Amino acid sequence: MKKLAIVIVFAALAGIVAFSVANTAEKATETYKIGAVIDATGPQSGLGEPEKQTLTMLADDLNAKGGINGHKVELILYDNENDATKSVLLAKKLVNDDKVIAVIGTTTSPTTMPIVPILSEAKLPLVSCAASWKIVKDPDTQQTRPWIFKTAQSDSLAVSKIYEWCSQNKISKVALITVSNAFGDSGLGELKRLAAEFKIDILDEEKFGDQDPDMTAQMTKIKGTNAQAVICWATGKGPAIVAKNLKDLGMTQKLIMSHGIANQKFLDLAGDAANGIILPAGKLIVADQLPVTDPQRKLLIDYKTRYEAKFPGAKVSTFGGHAYDAFMILTDALKKAGPEPEKLRAEIEKTKKHAGCGGIFNMSPTDHEGLTKDAFVMVQIQNGKWELIK
Amino acid sequence: MPKPPFPCLEAGVGWHNQLIQYLVTGITTGAIYALVALGFTIIYNATEIINFAQGEFVMLGGMIAVTMLAGLGLPLWLAVILAIAATMLIGLAFERLAIRPVRKASVMNLIIITIGGSILLKGAAMLIWGKDDHPLSAFTPAPPLHVFSAVVTTQSLWVMAGTVLAVILLHVFYERTITGKALRACAFNPKAARLCGISVERMILFSFGLSATLGAFAGVLIAPITFTSYDVGTMLGLKGFCAAILGGLGSNPGAILGGLVIGVAESLSSGYVSSGYKDAVAFLILLLMLYFRPAGILGKRAEKV
Repeated sequence: MKKLAIVIVFAALAGIVAFSVANTAEKATETYKIGAVIDATGPQSGLGEPEKQTLTMLADDLNAKGGINGHKVELILYDNENDATKSVLLAKKLVNDDKVIAVIGTTTSPTTMPIVPILSEAKLPLVSCAASWKIVKDPDTQQTRPWIFKTAQSDSLAVSKIYEWCSQNKISKVALITVSNAFGDSGLGELKRLAAEFKIDILDEEKFGDQDPDMTAQMTKIKGTNAQAVICWATGKGPAIVAKNLKDLGMTQKLIMSHGIANQKFLDLAGDAANGIILPAGKLIVADQLPVTDPQRKLLIDYKTRYEAKFPGAKVSTFGGHAYDAFMILTDALKKAGPEPEKLRAEIEKTKKHAGCGGIFNMSPTDHEGLTKDAFVMVQIQNGKWELIK
Repeated sequence: MPKPPFPCLEAGVGWHNQLIQYLVTGITTGAIYALVALGFTIIYNATEIINFAQGEFVMLGGMIAVTMLAGLGLPLWLAVILAIAATMLIGLAFERLAIRPVRKASVMNLIIITIGGSILLKGAAMLIWGKDDHPLSAFTPAPPLHVFSAVVTTQSLWVMAGTVLAVILLHVFYERTITGKALRACAFNPKAARLCGISVERMILFSFGLSATLGAFAGVLIAPITFTSYDVGTMLGLKGFCAAILGGLGSNPGAILGGLVIGVAESLSSGYVSSGYKDAVAFLILLLMLYFRPAGILGKRAEKV
């Protein structure tokens, strides 16, 4: 009995010593722990993978340069596999176990939405790389969520840019074809909501499933209308099939797509059928065609060069750009305000004229997105290349 | 402008002009579902197993063809043949490694094993080929044909012709060859077949090989239309399964009919009702069918137990 007591006391003492040693070790280096939850694998990996690579690259480069005000940055990055439940578990792990000071992510709106309340409750800043405006504003009360920010351009900005282009080109009758998932439904909602403002008539609304093999039926129906342009809102292989079907049916309408196709993968899939497609896109894919006076030009070319040098064979993408912006906005604020959550949050809110990949960010207490429709430029696909429409 | 409930029925928009196009589209998609459904039927007949890895055979056919064509630079016809042969070997290996060692287990257990096999094949494909979609060039890159008021791509013709060819070959095989007759005997009564000297094990192995071959054939036929990726098999497998059930599980003509009915129903409903309800219409037909005629269109009357 006595022996056991001694053992217990000894073990307890050893535990205390070990704990305090670990504690002082932590204090001495004072690493800034930044958490990230990214959809690096799963169906949206085309978006998440470049984000993961971008974040690792930025954290490595920042540490190589000495970190933030002498503090090293530790990036704790988890992959949620595009699963909302895993997103929640990982965000909780970052907050409770890893004790991070802020979180970046996730990649898509369906995986970001469930972690919004977690970060809000923990009172830690979240900078999302996903697009939905519901991330930063409560859809019921229209109140800006104090702890939540995002860097991806909202769908409404892309839609405004498309409709503006339509008006300039005397197109007033359009047909819509959207994918039946969160991305397509959000786009469809905005396309319908903003149509009146730009005096656009929507003659037909079509839908297709994520894995549908062929959209000829929907396109045939659109062909029978008087629409001057077809607007397709989807990501992945769907839009490439739509482009092929439109060409096979010999349709002459202009094909307009969302910013969701602004990646090399789409060009590879659609091949010749992609020629002539018009889309709003972040400036990244046409960085070298921008005028020299453009405030984003230098940064975009720099990011592209660094990314493609670090990951040979990989192509820089708009989505990696969202992670780039999230990391830069967060670390800039950290540099100025330090890791104390409330100060950090207020500093992110003060971000002004921040040139990023997605546009010029001007945050405010009521605007946690900070972008306007000029974050987009209109681009046309010509012979497998993105051409800036001037 | 108020939107009419059925814009196609408005005067001025000739709904009949589009009908042929919808039918062509529906038959193309339906032919694909039919090929997948046939794969289900072949294995079900020999073993009573519903092979949920059937969609994965379709995926493998397409992906291997893409690799042979783009990766190794082989001509298209050779890539297609090699892809089908390779998938057949995978189908045979699947039976030897996963099904035969536990063949005394109940059918339900074996079905669950095929689900496991499906996940394994899909995961392996993801590791080998990554998560991107891959294009395969059309067999005959020619401009689409105009038939009445409809447009038919040459690849659609390949799909339809390929399905007809597969059906004819399958029919000849089942009716005219000893192996085919033995396979039918196994389906009818395994014990009696064994007494007649037919190796039931060999027939089961054979049915997996045949089914994988058909799946891969469907996979390469559709890859130029719909692209291919590691997860393309899931949805096609599900639709093919529905087609097999609709036509009457175990009936070959039923599988073809089921596939065509689902394909055409999807196409017509997206044309004349709303593309948002396309999948719902397909599944609604299946549910109604199961309610009023549980054995399927051409199925044997369900046995009362």
